[in-house]
Amino acid sequence: MMLSRVADSVYWMSRYVERAENIARFINVNLSLMLDQQLEGQNPWEALIQITGDYEMFSAKYDEANMENAIEFLTFDKEYPNSIFSCVRSARENARTVRETISSEMWEYLNRLYLKIRDRSPGHKSSFLSDGNQFYTDIRLAGNLFTGITDNTMTHNEGWHFTRLGRMIERADKTSRLIDVKYFLLLPSLADIGTPYDELQWSALLRSASAYEMYRKRHGRITPEKVVNFLVLDHEFPRAMLYCISRSENALHNITGTPFGTYSNIAEQRLGSLRSFLAFNSAEDIIKRGLHEFIDDFQDNLNHVDAAIYKTFFEFRTPGG
Amino acid sequence: MRFENYQLDSFYDEMFEKDGTPRPGSKLLFQRLTSLSDGELIRYQQSAERALLNLGITFQVYSDTEGTEKIFPFDIIPRIIAADEWAVMEKGLKQRICALNLFLNDIYSDAKIVKDGVIPEEIIKSAATYRPLCEGLKPPQGIWCHVTGTDLVRDRDGQMYVLEDNLRCPSGVSYVLENRRVMKNTFPAVFSNSHVRSVSNYPGRLLDMLQNLAPAHISNPEVVVLTPGIYNSAYFEHSFLAQQMGVELVEGRDLVVHDGYVHMRTTRGLQKVHVIYRRIDDDFIDPLAFRPDSALGVPGLMEVYRAGRVALANAPGTGIADDKVVYAYVPKMIKYYMGEDAILPNVPTFLCWEDADRQHVLANLDKLVVKAANESGGYGMLVGPHASEKERAEFAEKIKAKPRNYIAQPTLGLSRVPVIVGDSIEGRHVDLRPYILYGKDIFVLPGGLTRVALKKGSLVVNSSQGGGSKDTWVLESNGRPNNPRNASG
Repeated sequence: MMLSRVADSVYWMSRYVERAENIARFINVNLSLMLDQQLEGQNPWEALIQITGDYEMFSAKYDEANMENAIEFLTFDKEYPNSIFSCVRSARENARTVRETISSEMWEYLNRLYLKIRDRSPGHKSSFLSDGNQFYTDIRLAGNLFTGITDNTMTHNEGWHFTRLGRMIERADKTSRLIDVKYFLLLPSLADIGTPYDELQWSALLRSASAYEMYRKRHGRITPEKVVNFLVLDHEFPRAMLYCISRSENALHNITGTPFGTYSNIAEQRLGSLRSFLAFNSAEDIIKRGLHEFIDDFQDNLNHVDAAIYKTFFEFRTPGG
Repeated sequence: MRFENYQLDSFYDEMFEKDGTPRPGSKLLFQRLTSLSDGELIRYQQSAERALLNLGITFQVYSDTEGTEKIFPFDIIPRIIAADEWAVMEKGLKQRICALNLFLNDIYSDAKIVKDGVIPEEIIKSAATYRPLCEGLKPPQGIWCHVTGTDLVRDRDGQMYVLEDNLRCPSGVSYVLENRRVMKNTFPAVFSNSHVRSVSNYPGRLLDMLQNLAPAHISNPEVVVLTPGIYNSAYFEHSFLAQQMGVELVEGRDLVVHDGYVHMRTTRGLQKVHVIYRRIDDDFIDPLAFRPDSALGVPGLMEVYRAGRVALANAPGTGIADDKVVYAYVPKMIKYYMGEDAILPNVPTFLCWEDADRQHVLANLDKLVVKAANESGGYGMLVGPHASEKERAEFAEKIKAKPRNYIAQPTLGLSRVPVIVGDSIEGRHVDLRPYILYGKDIFVLPGGLTRVALKKGSLVVNSSQGGGSKDTWVLESNGRPNNPRNASG
């Protein structure tokens, strides 16, 4: 049992940290991709902004999707609610409203992280870009550290399950967007398929999800079907969509105490059906039906899950209502 | 660090005697400070400030958007209170709280003190903080002021005075606890053999006191801390105390009155609440009972309270004792209810509603401090000697228009303590706010919050007006801060 408002804040604290980490990971990979090779006719920064789903917001404010603008927008823009800065600020704001619920270590870590990023003035862009990779590596690490601190200092009670729920739902969303953008913008022309150039692109996608090495261990050669299989349907890889959804479901059932395989509220119902939708699918079918349509469906469903979680746990219901 | 250029001027210094030698209790500290190199002390100071920022021990500045939080400036040279001196303060505070609580019980029931002519009725009835709604209330165990933060000041001659009582929602105790923690982490050497009395059991004491307010048949009462929310200047403290006690921190919107009880909204539906440590003023606590425009409170809370189905700490209505005109009568209350003389005196106070006093005040505005009867935080105040001719004239008009609203006191030469200023040490004025819990018995936390007016010459210690704080040490024994194992006597 916990306050609805507090559960809501814990859930979003965790989602925002995960979001910041994912954005950092995307940028990190783009920066190194640029060093590898000139990408003809394709703009990886535009693709990156597409991932966020906030391209309109970007183009209203910046004239060109070049590296400098994309980095400013995604990293430091205080008005853009999903920039790394804004995510860390929101995570910390949420943590600040629930300091009495989370551990001091969690709060202090998020507070330090916020102060570090806030004091990193975007005015010093040149010095920033020279060690930009280090900055994004630090943010990625920060996400992992925060998860570790959470797991090791917070009682594994209802609040902790809400942090897992938020983290896993956010991660499932980000992985699905990543796959979608690859499909949408970086789809190789037929002539490129199977060339080293194509492989480079798929490798970059895997690296964005920190999945490259684990993919290699699992499937070896890089083929589009196997990459989809790995990033969407893998049971064990912690950034695969199915893994994230299964873990979300597990957290949810730990919160309610409802036996697995049954449901007692709409959030469990929707999350359960989303898991079976993934679990009983195959990469072959997904590609045949259209990867983009599949991802679209998935994101719709995920939005429904989020709305159902809100309704079930966070919404302020009037007594008897 | 050097004290050679340290000036006592004409003030009482908490660390040094008039002749410039350290007071007995401060000798060890003085030795330690002088043994440090110039850079060392400043480094300790900086690392303490960094620790406070990283811990997020901050207060809110309403006007500001991005940096809405500031750390409460902290100076690492502790303020020391000798054991015998503390014993007097502790006794005096207990006496005062006891009398004030008797007064609250009386004033909202038979008002004998008024009938017996000790306090004029119009003073009570005209106070903005008097709550007619509280007449006839019987709080659990007859306790109204569960948590008090009394402000004490010391004048040039060394006498301690009570400046304000603060019986509503006094804040600052979290800084007492966190200042001590930061001191221990950043400047541990200074503690060894100092025999400083611990403050760390405050949250435990507070929780015991709050749990005792619940109806006796509830074995595991649900205690909550009620905060106005994250934008309140004391939010850190609300959150800190809830965390240290392991209870829920709730906002008004988390609570709802249902079936005659107060409940909180949880992920599993409504859950009954038995005791509310509320950090919201009376005015805002229940829009049905007090200010209807309040969005911070809980509609219907007062009805539940009146029916004895929820306990509030502090009880509503305690603000009457914070009225600065009522304050002037506290020594008479102590005599009236307890038959004793006040151990801690009031600052001499002129009541502008009395003709003779008013004439005196108006004629001596350049020497006096004038205060609005119902303001705090250093607002609504005129420090005569530091004010301009124009400001004094404006205040004179205010006094004439509403004499009941103003009191005046002589400008005290508040005592000073050494403070690090840049790379030297200078004297700054301080006050002291001890915290008192009234539960099964009355407990005074040893020490309290020492607030420092960091601006040179300033007498205003409030954080909203450029004040800072210090760790406050109450010593176990007098001036013998040696290890007892090594001491011979």
